[in-house]
Amino acid sequence: MKSIQRIFAIFWRQMLLLKGNAFRPLNLFYFSALELFLWGVLTLYLDRIGGSGFHFVSLVLGAVIMSSFMSRVVFGVSASFLEDVWTRNFINLFSSPLSLHEYILGFVAVSIVESLISVGFIALLAWLLLAYSIFSFGFLLIPFAGVLFMFGLAVGITATAVVLRFGPSAEMVVWSIPPLLAPFSAVFYPLSALPPFARSVSFFIPATHVFEGMRAVVRTGSFDARELIIGFAFAIIYCAVAYFFLYRSYRAVLRRGTFARFATE
Amino acid sequence: MSIEKILEVENLRKEYKDVVAVDGVSFSVHAGEIVGLLGPNGAGKTTTIDMLLGIVEPSGGSIRVFGKDFARNRAEILAKVNFSAVYAHLPGNTTVRQNLFIFALLYGVPRIKERIAILLKEYDVEKFSRVRTGFLSSGEQSRVHMAKAMLNSPRLLLLDEPTASIDPSDSQIIREKIKVYATATGAAVLWTSHDMYEIEDVCDRVLFISHGKILLEGNPRELPSQYGKKNLEELFIAVAREPLSLVHNQ
Repeated sequence: MKSIQRIFAIFWRQMLLLKGNAFRPLNLFYFSALELFLWGVLTLYLDRIGGSGFHFVSLVLGAVIMSSFMSRVVFGVSASFLEDVWTRNFINLFSSPLSLHEYILGFVAVSIVESLISVGFIALLAWLLLAYSIFSFGFLLIPFAGVLFMFGLAVGITATAVVLRFGPSAEMVVWSIPPLLAPFSAVFYPLSALPPFARSVSFFIPATHVFEGMRAVVRTGSFDARELIIGFAFAIIYCAVAYFFLYRSYRAVLRRGTFARFATE
Repeated sequence: MSIEKILEVENLRKEYKDVVAVDGVSFSVHAGEIVGLLGPNGAGKTTTIDMLLGIVEPSGGSIRVFGKDFARNRAEILAKVNFSAVYAHLPGNTTVRQNLFIFALLYGVPRIKERIAILLKEYDVEKFSRVRTGFLSSGEQSRVHMAKAMLNSPRLLLLDEPTASIDPSDSQIIREKIKVYATATGAAVLWTSHDMYEIEDVCDRVLFISHGKILLEGNPRELPSQYGKKNLEELFIAVAREPLSLVHNQ
């Protein structure tokens, strides 16, 4: 019970920050909405000139919504962690009974809430403005979102571990990981469009298997479950590796005694 | 009847690459006792406290709190420990009440709203309860830190210069509160300060630490004369400038 209370404390602190400032909630909507608008107009135009056989809107907008969902999961963990970096809160937090896994689980709860709010908003926007429904994927949306969620957590935890290990100057890792992964995740184009070296990298990215699966559903109405299984397996492994890396980074910080001087790194 | 040892530190050591910050420190703090940990800047006081809080991993030695090994019972022990330090700021972007609420959850405090109301009043920060902590003056923030340190009615209280930014009137009030608290509840308090008057007023016993080792130990009102010094400040200066001229008194 007390463990749940501590996890809730970490979650609630982030929710209080969201409530406390008019601009913070905008983060959940603003960039995703901008992306949706840009890609939405482009895909409508391409649909008009490309003919009805290519399904630009379904292929691209679905990918925009789902990749935005994954980015929000990443930031739900890593950006929440940065709040404690910026407010120098580590001494207070880790001199309490709070454990590392409780700390991370609090951020996982933040990711769930923020990603659902954000993706719900842009899915609604896509439906209202562009007549596109993400629910056209039916029940497959759940496993697709599940793999992206797990992979997003793994990425967010890894970014957190890097900043914990190397200090606040490594903050750029947090913001740069999603755009770095995007070209290799085959978000907007099939895997076959990538050069050979990139394809080998893409195979190991769980998001690639989700987006390939989504494209298969749009084109053929069916999909290969193996894509999802591979994506899920990689996501689970990466989650475990990410947490192990975070734990090792945490132990390194304790040995070096840098919690108290974190802002000076 | 022997008094319960709340904190027992044995041969505590912390080494960084080229520096030994804490070098085989041993001491204990009993129930109801307020012990001053004194020493010049860089002596190892804060590193010692950081190890007692579990945010720095010792290189050697042992820490036992409430008779239990700290490394193996961290969460259980820390639920009954708390601290206030001049360098440990509460998040400035949440209000006083919100910060106390979050930390009350972390420490498993029962009847949170009641407890927060009592502490806001006791430390005279009720009027700031809806103000973001970052907007308070350093003295006001220090009082909020003390309120946070008392949230879980700790049995071991670690205070690292808790009154550093507080005016003499409020400092005296806080000192009295801590003395009454320690006596009434049997809590053990470890207190660091550069204010020798404060140490003489509050502490039952002091430990002088220099270059990571405990040099002297004793009653703050008697120790100076034992070493031919007029007062605690003179003794402190001697520890800081000529530690080898003083003999460790077992």
